[in-house]
Amino acid sequence: MKSRRFLLILALLLSFGLVLAACGSSDEADDSGGDDGESEEGGEQSGEDFSVAMVTDVGGVDDKSFNQSSWEGLQAFGDENGLEEGEGYDYAQSDSEGDYTTNLSRLVRQDFNLIYGIGYLLQPALEEVAEQNPETNFGLVDSVAEGDNIVSITFKEHEGSFLAGVAAALKTETDKIGFIGGEDGDLIRKFESGYVAGAKSVNPDIEIDIKYAESFAAADKGKLIASNMYNNDIDVIYHASGATGNGVFAEAKDRKQNNSDENIWVIGVDRDQHEEGQIDGNNITLTSMVKRVDVAVNEVATLTMEGEFPGGEVMEYGLDDDAISIAKTNEDAMTEDIVSKVDEWKEKIANGEVEVPSTDEELEEFESSL
Amino acid sequence: MDYVIEMLNIRKEFPGIVANNNVNLQVKEGEIHALLGENGAGKSTLMNVLFGLYQPEKGEIKVRGEKVSVSDPNVANQLGIGMVHQHFMLVDTFTVTENIVLGSEPRKGVTVDIKKAEKEVSELSKRYGLNVDPKAKVRDISVGMQQRVEILKTLYRGADILIFDEPTAVLTPQEIKELINIMKSLVSEGKSIILITHKLKEIMQVCDRCTVIRKGEGIGTVDVSGTNPDELASLMVGREVNFKTEKNPAEPKETYLSIHDLYVKDSRNVEMVKGLNLNVRAGEIVGIAGIDGNGQSELIEAIAGLRKSQAGTITLHDNVITNLSTRKVTRAGVSHIPQDRHKYGLVLDFPIGDNMVLQTYYQQPFSKKGVMNFKNIYEKAKALIKEFDVRTPNELTKARALSGGNQQKAIIGREIDRSPDLIIAAQPTRGLDVGAIEFIHRKLIGERDKGRAVLLLSFELDEIMNLSDRIAVMFDGQIIAEVKPEETNEQELGLLMAGNKVKKEGAE
Amino acid sequence: MFNNRTINVLIPLISVILGLLAGAVIMLLFGYNPILGYGALWNGAFGDSYFFGETIRMVTPYILSGLAVAFALRTGLLNIGVEGQVFVGWMASVWIGVAFELPMIVHLPLAVSAAAAAGAFWGFIPGILKAKLGVHEVIVTIMMNYIALYSTNAIVRHVITDGEDQTERVAPSASLASDWIAELTFYSRMHYGILIAVFMALIMWFILNKTTRGFELRSVGYNPHASNYAGMSVGKNIVLAMMISGAFAGLAGAMEGLGTYGYLAAKSGFTNIGFEGIAVALLGANTAIGVVLAAFLFGTLKIGALNMPTVADVPTELVEIVIALIIFFVASSYMIRWFILRFKKEGK
Repeated sequence: MKSRRFLLILALLLSFGLVLAACGSSDEADDSGGDDGESEEGGEQSGEDFSVAMVTDVGGVDDKSFNQSSWEGLQAFGDENGLEEGEGYDYAQSDSEGDYTTNLSRLVRQDFNLIYGIGYLLQPALEEVAEQNPETNFGLVDSVAEGDNIVSITFKEHEGSFLAGVAAALKTETDKIGFIGGEDGDLIRKFESGYVAGAKSVNPDIEIDIKYAESFAAADKGKLIASNMYNNDIDVIYHASGATGNGVFAEAKDRKQNNSDENIWVIGVDRDQHEEGQIDGNNITLTSMVKRVDVAVNEVATLTMEGEFPGGEVMEYGLDDDAISIAKTNEDAMTEDIVSKVDEWKEKIANGEVEVPSTDEELEEFESSL
Repeated sequence: MDYVIEMLNIRKEFPGIVANNNVNLQVKEGEIHALLGENGAGKSTLMNVLFGLYQPEKGEIKVRGEKVSVSDPNVANQLGIGMVHQHFMLVDTFTVTENIVLGSEPRKGVTVDIKKAEKEVSELSKRYGLNVDPKAKVRDISVGMQQRVEILKTLYRGADILIFDEPTAVLTPQEIKELINIMKSLVSEGKSIILITHKLKEIMQVCDRCTVIRKGEGIGTVDVSGTNPDELASLMVGREVNFKTEKNPAEPKETYLSIHDLYVKDSRNVEMVKGLNLNVRAGEIVGIAGIDGNGQSELIEAIAGLRKSQAGTITLHDNVITNLSTRKVTRAGVSHIPQDRHKYGLVLDFPIGDNMVLQTYYQQPFSKKGVMNFKNIYEKAKALIKEFDVRTPNELTKARALSGGNQQKAIIGREIDRSPDLIIAAQPTRGLDVGAIEFIHRKLIGERDKGRAVLLLSFELDEIMNLSDRIAVMFDGQIIAEVKPEETNEQELGLLMAGNKVKKEGAE
Repeated sequence: MFNNRTINVLIPLISVILGLLAGAVIMLLFGYNPILGYGALWNGAFGDSYFFGETIRMVTPYILSGLAVAFALRTGLLNIGVEGQVFVGWMASVWIGVAFELPMIVHLPLAVSAAAAAGAFWGFIPGILKAKLGVHEVIVTIMMNYIALYSTNAIVRHVITDGEDQTERVAPSASLASDWIAELTFYSRMHYGILIAVFMALIMWFILNKTTRGFELRSVGYNPHASNYAGMSVGKNIVLAMMISGAFAGLAGAMEGLGTYGYLAAKSGFTNIGFEGIAVALLGANTAIGVVLAAFLFGTLKIGALNMPTVADVPTELVEIVIALIIFFVASSYMIRWFILRFKKEGK
């Protein structure tokens, strides 16, 4: 009895919705023409028909970090294949956690062929939407998702972070360095482990302060933590915190502005954040752990367009394919000595001499073996 | 004839009511002109028209002989009209000077030239004998001083026609005397004053002429020197008014309220009631006379269950009601007409009907099993509104919209209707006009005659003398004397209230 | 023609129109096409049944958080802690949802009530502090928000799960989601919670307007002194008001926990459901029906906005501006009231 009444009310609500929906589409018939119709898509697709989109996490598309980098990858892909923004490639920005599913579903409904979720935070939403839409191809950056129509793109950030740690340990004058993470979780622990391992490999007695901002979008917290660290004699900070890191840069630049003799450094993440560190002829960006999300995103899109979508696979990018690297843009700071040391360690990782830890447990093992 | 202000044939309507009809007001230069009328007669409406807050439907306004249109208060200010509001519009945390110059600050570059302002304020203050410290914070000065700040505010803006809206309502007798002197000195300096009031004594004391409004209609203007309070009162109310309420001698019966050796502390933890004894019997009105601050409020709050007492007993019939909750005291048969009706008597944002059941809403027939029965509530309210002559459009009107007298009548109706054994009436007629006062006095005497005990607290000696069957003088937390009104006079009471135990020691 | 009641309805309505108009002007100023922009917004919210489902999904918690704020305001309290109460409600519902295996008829009501109870408890603390010690509820509730945020994160990571960032999904027997609705709305996350939300609006109306308890609560809210004189217990009513308000907020959390998401993830910041509730209550003039309508508007704007960058190139931030403007106009209702009265006068 009761449930029948529930259904009745619900049906009423929904019919109301459908009426509104009808109004909506008649209003905008010219704009969204041909929404229905072919949702079929075979394996083969020419550049003309192919379309790809991405959903950012809460950092937003202008986070100067991996959301932005991914978007640059898509833009490059669009340019190469003569696609138009909006039609051929596009992004949807998420303002809150609740928007992930909505954005993914919406892009599916707008008939994009390949949809990326940028960031591990989108994993549950992406898995859910992918399951509901087996016809559409999905890509998840930075985490591993289950599903035949999902390709997972991950990076060996621990290796890059290891080299960042080496650079930091060589650069520091106080033997104290810092690490600022975004949200605590497996991914950022990977950065942390690599960084700590790298630094301790150079100097086993180095002090490393590790702090998490618990957000990828809180520049204010980033600034506060950085300020504390610099006050405590730490002179190199590696941040793996997305847009939170903008606060770290801001703090370092403020200090540099007040006292240009102060030797403080930031190590950037994801993109080469050289620009971010520019201040009056100085640059406080020591280096950046560059993660070519753009390259990976572009590559997977190209594969998919060519009909070779690597569904269900995990694509892991690392030092060997130059998808992970250490920026050498700041030549004043990255002295030849440091660069050659970094390259030495890179060689050791490449030939398997060093196994870089990627979790807390592996790090413990690594440290005890030093 | 030199009129500074002429308001001719003013008519102002509000939805459903004509607030002013055919009202004429002509104020001569340099006079104190009273505007007299009952609460709700339309005095404030008329002044708001003059001050530019309302636009009249009909009629014209002339200032110094020239026809003007006062579209908003700024225009009024420019015309030299200033209003001293009844409810002060001051910023507590600002200094006197800051309050006075607020909105028309003298500037020095981009900053306020506070030195210059202070100098100007202190000059103004001296010139009119206001004696205000320009640097004091408003929250630290007395109500009387705050009123002077309001006066200075209008003077500072160059007003030479000052409207005083019931200025004495909030003042002590001493402050009233001082205010009267200030008004006289203002007039001698060439200012003109319109005094809105319903206090006949003040008009007789200070005013030159008096314009009367009754129920929105202009009744006329009289020279004060050629009239007397009785005439003014009947002009205002429209019938003969008895200042002395007629009553039969009391026939006291058994003791209802009995207070024994009571000690009560106030909110600052200072002992205010110190071993007080008092009895009130059925069928009598006992008036408590005393200067404010001698523990009267604490005593009443202790009886009504609003304040804990430290020691002693309060008995109603044979039931000890000491330190019971308010609700239990109410249910035991005590009604309380509180001193401050806005703060304690009414929920101003509730309809007047809801206010009528503020204590009884949880009982049948107003509710059943926790669900309100508004039909019964409003029926009851309608009956009370009728019986107690509460003038309101209907029972759904918010209490806030009623005039003070009607609010008080509603409270008294509610309290009396519960058929209590004891009625505590604290300043039941404060701020009301003579018509309402008379009505309330009659109701209280009526309750006495029904055999109820009435405990009256008032700071108006007239009221105490007039209404009480027995007067208990309270000083420093104790009843220091009990006298019969017919065997005493104001002088003797005044001495007793000041703590002089002349004769007739406490009658216990 | 314009009595007080119509004015009270007109003010929010005019505010919304002014807000949307101002938004259009801003779009024009920045070189966007407002018709295209609002068209995209409309389609993004009602374009088809999927979007409609998502809109309803968003509206559901807004109704409840709006009711929570409105209820407190009607009783004279400013509950800024709705956000925190949403968190604890969310956590409680999910915890019950994952921890037990029970038949639905027991499990779902249990999980929902747990959310309400948790929210009520979170409201009880500022309530009792205000009633007993006179601590202002705004300060306490703001702090309680942070306590809720960080302690739920800790509980998710270390108590409900073993170091994970996210709980498991709640058992189907505790879920408000329905395959039937999902299919009908092309996998939107709309769930049965909307019925609970609307029902709660009715409950709020009934409590406040029809019961003796509501009479007391409103009376204490308007004038605690007079209520005290009339024999009501002011402290008790303050605590109760905060608890009921908190319970509504807790239910908003259950909508997310048992309906939309089905799990709770450790969060880096506030969900804003509670804070939006303040705006919803303000726009809805603190009445039950007003809150439902205002929540509907906010949900529509929020979900529709996501469509604006893709279709019309208008940044979603613009919708935030529109919402802020609507709130601004409601808050400056005095101005609108003045205009209405002016208009009325001239109309005569």
